[in-house]
Amino acid sequence: MASDDQPQILAFVCNWCAYAGADLAGVSRIQYPTGVRLIRLMCTGRVNHGFLLKAFLKGADGLLVSG
Amino acid sequence: MTQKTRLTAQAEKTGSVTVIGSGIAGIQAALDVASSGFRVHLVEEKANVGGVMAQLDKTFPTNDCSSCMMGPKIAKLATHPDIEILAYTDVLGLNGEPGRFQVTLKKKARAVDPQKCVACNICAEKCPQKVPDPFNMHLQPRKAIYIPYPQAVPLVYTIDKEHCIYFKKGKCRVCEKVCNNKAILFDQEDEIITLETGALILAGGLELFDARRKQEYGYGRWPNVITSLQYERMLSAAGPFRGRIQRLSDGQRPGRIAWIQCVGSRDSHLGNDYCSSVCCMSATKQAMITREHSLDIDTTIFFIDMRAHGKGFDRFYERSASDNTVRYVRSLISRVVPNPEDDSLCITYCEPDRSLRDETYDMVVLSVGLCPNPSTVQLAKVIGVPLNEQGFIASQPLDIVATAKPGVYVCGGAQGPKDIPDSVQQGSSAAAQATAVLADSRGSLVAVPRSLPQRDVSAEAPSIGVFVCHCGVNIAGVVDVEAVADFARKLSNVTYATHCMFACSTDQLREMQQAISDHQLNRVVVASCTPRTHEPIFRKTLQEAGLNPYLFELANIREHDSWVHQAEPEAATQKAKELVRMSVSRARLLEPLYEGSYEVVQSALVIGGGLAGLSAALSFAQQGFEATLVERTAELGGNARTLAYTEDGSSPARYVQDLIEEVENQPLITVCKEAQVTSTVGSCGDFTSQIADKNGSRSISHGVVVVATGGQEYKPTEYLYGRHPRVVTQKEFEDLLQAAPEKAKQLQHVTMIQCVGSREPEFLYCSRVCCTAAVKNSLQLKTINPDAQISVLYRDIRTFGFKETAYLQARRQGVRFYRFELDRKPEVTRHADTLLVSVFDAQLQTTVQLPSDLVVLSAAIRPRPESRELAETLRLPLDEDGFFMEAHPKLRPLDFAAPGFFLCGLAQGPKFADESISQARGAVSRALAVLSRKKIATDSMINRVDAQLCRACGECEKACCFEAIKVKQVDSGRQQAVVTAAQCTGCGVCNVACPTGAASLAHYKDEQINRMIED
Repeated sequence: MASDDQPQILAFVCNWCAYAGADLAGVSRIQYPTGVRLIRLMCTGRVNHGFLLKAFLKGADGLLVSG
Repeated sequence: MTQKTRLTAQAEKTGSVTVIGSGIAGIQAALDVASSGFRVHLVEEKANVGGVMAQLDKTFPTNDCSSCMMGPKIAKLATHPDIEILAYTDVLGLNGEPGRFQVTLKKKARAVDPQKCVACNICAEKCPQKVPDPFNMHLQPRKAIYIPYPQAVPLVYTIDKEHCIYFKKGKCRVCEKVCNNKAILFDQEDEIITLETGALILAGGLELFDARRKQEYGYGRWPNVITSLQYERMLSAAGPFRGRIQRLSDGQRPGRIAWIQCVGSRDSHLGNDYCSSVCCMSATKQAMITREHSLDIDTTIFFIDMRAHGKGFDRFYERSASDNTVRYVRSLISRVVPNPEDDSLCITYCEPDRSLRDETYDMVVLSVGLCPNPSTVQLAKVIGVPLNEQGFIASQPLDIVATAKPGVYVCGGAQGPKDIPDSVQQGSSAAAQATAVLADSRGSLVAVPRSLPQRDVSAEAPSIGVFVCHCGVNIAGVVDVEAVADFARKLSNVTYATHCMFACSTDQLREMQQAISDHQLNRVVVASCTPRTHEPIFRKTLQEAGLNPYLFELANIREHDSWVHQAEPEAATQKAKELVRMSVSRARLLEPLYEGSYEVVQSALVIGGGLAGLSAALSFAQQGFEATLVERTAELGGNARTLAYTEDGSSPARYVQDLIEEVENQPLITVCKEAQVTSTVGSCGDFTSQIADKNGSRSISHGVVVVATGGQEYKPTEYLYGRHPRVVTQKEFEDLLQAAPEKAKQLQHVTMIQCVGSREPEFLYCSRVCCTAAVKNSLQLKTINPDAQISVLYRDIRTFGFKETAYLQARRQGVRFYRFELDRKPEVTRHADTLLVSVFDAQLQTTVQLPSDLVVLSAAIRPRPESRELAETLRLPLDEDGFFMEAHPKLRPLDFAAPGFFLCGLAQGPKFADESISQARGAVSRALAVLSRKKIATDSMINRVDAQLCRACGECEKACCFEAIKVKQVDSGRQQAVVTAAQCTGCGVCNVACPTGAASLAHYKDEQINRMIED
């Protein structure tokens, strides 16, 4: 994760809902801060604690698991 | 038949089906037909597919997002190799005979070259002409060159020639100038083509009632009176107001909204005497969602009868009415009066005590009815298919997808007003009926998948190519794409990086293939838009360039970057670089994946020998597949045997007798009576079941299971039933009318009580058929004895759709209807040797005494008690009421979530005989996607187990929701977790549960994800 002056948020998202939601936000031109990065998974069931801890270790300020 | 004559017969029929109309019914029909070995021509008069469902915000009773649900279906439609989408095309004529039709079509000129248009939207941005937007129900304008919504399929722009300045005045051509791809073709001409096709499915959908015809409600005159579909667009986050509820007069948020029901429905004055079936639930949904948007908005629905007759609807309605979430007022509204000062609207309604009351609203939503689509009506005339009295395509009693013309079928709104699940199951049913005629030519016209040689890259170090897309100005207008490409070039293992105008355009894809070969790339990263729409295109390009398609990664720098950070070009460029770096890191670790496959046992197991099960078994046989039909009792036919007649003049009892004969004489069907399924193991396409009967148990192999175990009439404990001979159920009354009409003729006073055992707190569902049954039996008694006095005590009359006409007829013939409330139910007492029914009429607000010779109870439909045991045997879910639960109440009403299992008939929920038959065939249609293939391909992105690391602890097995991973003894003799590829969905839950790291999901391995997090 690159650090920046604004909060770095890493989101683990399900392809079928939250990723589609982020796509819809784009299509609808809903503006939000640039510090958000998405990691696309086929299901948030794939997210284990290790990923979350690693993300924090690498400097994420916040995490979102959405699916 | 000899081999030679068989081949001739095969050649005689065309192995394709033409589906006309591409709403949800047409889409379902197309997908089912194409998935069972036939080619599909999907014809749509509009520029893009999707129909009304694409315009909806949410759908009842789950309030799921409509376009999210439709997305996967449309994506499948767009990429299916055997579906040709002919959008913006009219049907001109039909010749020939069933099995060998010729359809003449006019492909209307879009004035845009579909091969060149990449939907960058630059033309629409620059187009100077604003025109009304029918997709958004005219709430906001669109441009003369357009796509209706961003996810439209086909994703090609169209010039609206009626409004285009160039086509009207001969000047402008702005779009031509700004189109980078030279896709604008002003002189493109309509093209007339003729297709050979075996059968036709009409799925032309509906049109909304024109609310201006109800002048008293002021639609078109008062700005804050809008239609239900306009409100739907208003609620949609992707709609013109981005989901903000506002008054059209001043853009202010309304404080109070009223819905008026039955606008253009149940209205004989307008000639629309039928019920539109969906509006009660649609208004309920809209009001609930309004309250979810903001609790400050008061919502009131003015209605006549609350028609919540579908599965899960009553629970939905009760939930909306509880806690005063939505206020319901039972009153016809005669007019809407505007207040010009603040554009508010006054509605006068009738209180239960019959006094009149005025209320002021900020906005009024008219729940407009569903009418025949004029173009379908026109088409029906052209091809010679008769319409019914209401102007919809007439279908056959008990065979609701068959038109009067052989080889031509109908489904969805074209057949009559209906909701999404009914449209979907009819779509499937029409697919089954259309393909049954063509069964001999299955597979004759389908595309043979090309097998392309793949380069073995296992020994090569990663050599990554990065392609950064401008997407016209969509990305390049915000992100410095050149800088991103330069950045990518410096990343390790990146051998080649470039930027291009439209990565997905045909010429650029060719260049990508060239680059793969020139630079010996073995991984590709494209930084462009969403993988949800574009991943398949790029994967295909890799395949054509000789690379495994899974060696590809997309970085979404459009939806997740340039579009959402429009005002911050620098930060957006920085983010794009980081997204590319993350993707490159992941790409280094990508591995080629290959699909597996296994053989399909091409036969079916049907459980239940009633109307649905018999229909399903016969339908399998008509399609050329063997079926085993297992019936628990000694006799086939189920409930239908006692259904002597219906309100539309058919006789399920006679029908089922013929059906039984046909099934028993059908060589492809094995009937097992007094038998039960005691176990089923295996997976989709390859099951083994044990069937036990009095002679013992035997084992059969089959590819699919259809559950059609039926339901039964509730035996009431209330209203003196079983304690007085003159209290009978509706079914018993029907028997009496049939078996002893002379005795029935003696009856002078008959009282019917509705909702006995239905819509009660512990059975919170509507049994769907009882209102129509009461009306039908009343009319029958009136035929036998016109002087009989019949009183029907009801809570809401739910004669939905065309059944409303039977209700009207009953009223006209003097059948009396008294409405009671749940908390003041009627009382039945003995009165000499007859009965006295006392009811508090909620409309008259007075108690009515009804001396009765006979009391008829409309008893609920209950699931069969044995379904619980079967559900455990098959590991299938039941709903809260004990009926079998489908995979999704809207879009997968006939599938179980477990692959290879399907359901139909009363086992799924209360329904009419014709609906059971239709569902049964629909379930077969769904099952054909499995049975019509010799082999099933398994997904590649599934879990693998590392035998070295697995210690057989079983955590994965416990975690898996799909029974796809189990600890078993393997060939080496040791215990190990084994994945059933056919059942694994690739969710990765087992990876999380696995303590040793033995379970590893292909394409989403720990290190593949970790590397993205690290970067």
